[in-house]
Amino acid sequence: MSPAEQAEVTRSARNGWLLSAPALVVLTLAAIGPLAIVGAYSFMPPGEFGNVAWGFSLEAWQGILFTKDIFDGTLAWADANLTIFWRSVKLSVLTTVFAFVVGFPTAWFIATRPPKARAMWLFLITIPFWTNLLIRTFAITEIIRKEGLLNTVLLNLHIIGQPLEMIYTDTAVFIGMTYVYLPLMVLPLFASLDRFDMRLLEAAYDLYANPWQVLRRVIMPIVKPGIIAGSILVFVPSLGAYVTPRLLGGGKNMMIGNFIELQFGQGRNWPLGASLSVTLLIIVTGALLVYVRYANRETRHGQ
Amino acid sequence: MANKGFVISRLPGFNPIAGLVFAGLYLPILILVVYSFNAGRSVASWEGFSLQWYAVAWENDAVKDATIRSLYLAASAAVISTVLATLAALGTTRRKAFGGQTFIYVMINQPLMVPEIVSAVALLIFFAMIKQATGYAGMGYLIAAHSAFCIPFAYLPIRARLEGMDMTLETAAADLYASTWQAFRFVTLPLLLPGIFAGMMLAFVTSLDDVVITVFVKSAGQDTLPTYMLGQIRRQVTAEINAISTVLLALTVLLLTLFFVLTRKKDE
Repeated sequence: MSPAEQAEVTRSARNGWLLSAPALVVLTLAAIGPLAIVGAYSFMPPGEFGNVAWGFSLEAWQGILFTKDIFDGTLAWADANLTIFWRSVKLSVLTTVFAFVVGFPTAWFIATRPPKARAMWLFLITIPFWTNLLIRTFAITEIIRKEGLLNTVLLNLHIIGQPLEMIYTDTAVFIGMTYVYLPLMVLPLFASLDRFDMRLLEAAYDLYANPWQVLRRVIMPIVKPGIIAGSILVFVPSLGAYVTPRLLGGGKNMMIGNFIELQFGQGRNWPLGASLSVTLLIIVTGALLVYVRYANRETRHGQ
Repeated sequence: MANKGFVISRLPGFNPIAGLVFAGLYLPILILVVYSFNAGRSVASWEGFSLQWYAVAWENDAVKDATIRSLYLAASAAVISTVLATLAALGTTRRKAFGGQTFIYVMINQPLMVPEIVSAVALLIFFAMIKQATGYAGMGYLIAAHSAFCIPFAYLPIRARLEGMDMTLETAAADLYASTWQAFRFVTLPLLLPGIFAGMMLAFVTSLDDVVITVFVKSAGQDTLPTYMLGQIRRQVTAEINAISTVLLALTVLLLTLFFVLTRKKDE
């Protein structure tokens, strides 16, 4: 490279940084920087009226899994916390699996429409995706709450004598999360299926494959990146869900997100809230790293 | 082909499932909209068509306040984040890969990756510190937070537009002795405009819809429409919420339709 070209490259890189700088400053101040403070807070003792007291303490990290007996200081498993973690993981996995089971046929259906109709069906998936999550969750509560539409209809038809207790259960949270996060599964699946070469189906059927074999052995391996992307896009927000479990799970069926909020409200244990937040962040980052690694490997093989 | 009904891409059971999914996605929203026109108070019974809940919402000062605040916040955040995202998109596309480019991508997309509740908690702590130090408790916190998490939503369509653009036009402008600024102002910017509007719309919708971060960051008396609704839903449910939801829904659909019209041009 000549010195002139070298100078041009340096100038281009400098301009790249300069143009990006304002966005980076705002993101640092109002998005990333504060995360570092959360990390610091998780190593401090709680203040008497919320916030933190200055000092170093590992109690918040211990508090994720253990409770300390107030009399003799012995440690015991914090059953309440473990129940919340278990519920969060269980509901997020169930949501992801179910969203895939119904989302895959939906994405396939869209991808196999004629081009004009495809855009229309895709738009129909996009609208709920961009519709306020609160409104969508509220729509579900209207149907399943005690005086909701479903109970009213069933009571009027004399199918049930008592209103069913559907809301404020784990099932309600599961239904709600599947409903609100389903488009996040369908969109990346569609993006993968859209590029799928339909001639492969002909080849498979010519070789006497049955539809199930075609699905399992031909389609799914090829669209695996889309499956993984969709699963992560559903699993990550499910695990950190706040609005949906709050409205559909009520106070008893908390998930991690609500448990974190509790520490900053009535719980008045900001360090524990901070250590829980960092834990959630680590799990999510782990999931994303697995995805990035997998996606890179896929593209390398593909080339 | 002997069997005319055979469609190669059909998989057994897939179409019915897709049909159920579309019905399942739209039915709850449809019910919500329909019952916003109910004369009665809840979904328990249909008591005839009425616009009374829209009137109730319209006359409710808390709703009016929250609406104005929401629109003001979304407009500010959309403008700020779009300006920042446009600059960043110009900085990160159409040039030789440079050191730290991946870092910039990760920074810009970070709000999409971190769980919202974690960002919300982080902002709560950070802004509590600033509040204590400065005593300022205005809308600045919400505007800063919203501007930050809207950046990736504005950035993505702008970058997509830039990458799909024909660079030879700028080279032609430069050949005709246009300065860098003139080439940008009269060639690049007009071509980029649909992408910028698309990005701004996504940013606006994203800000308008936000619940979690707003709940944690807002000071007392700074309810936006979604946080007002969240509070109401937990207390008691009236069809007023259905009416507000329907208006928000209509606004979102309108903006999305505009977005699609703006971004589709490219394919022609």
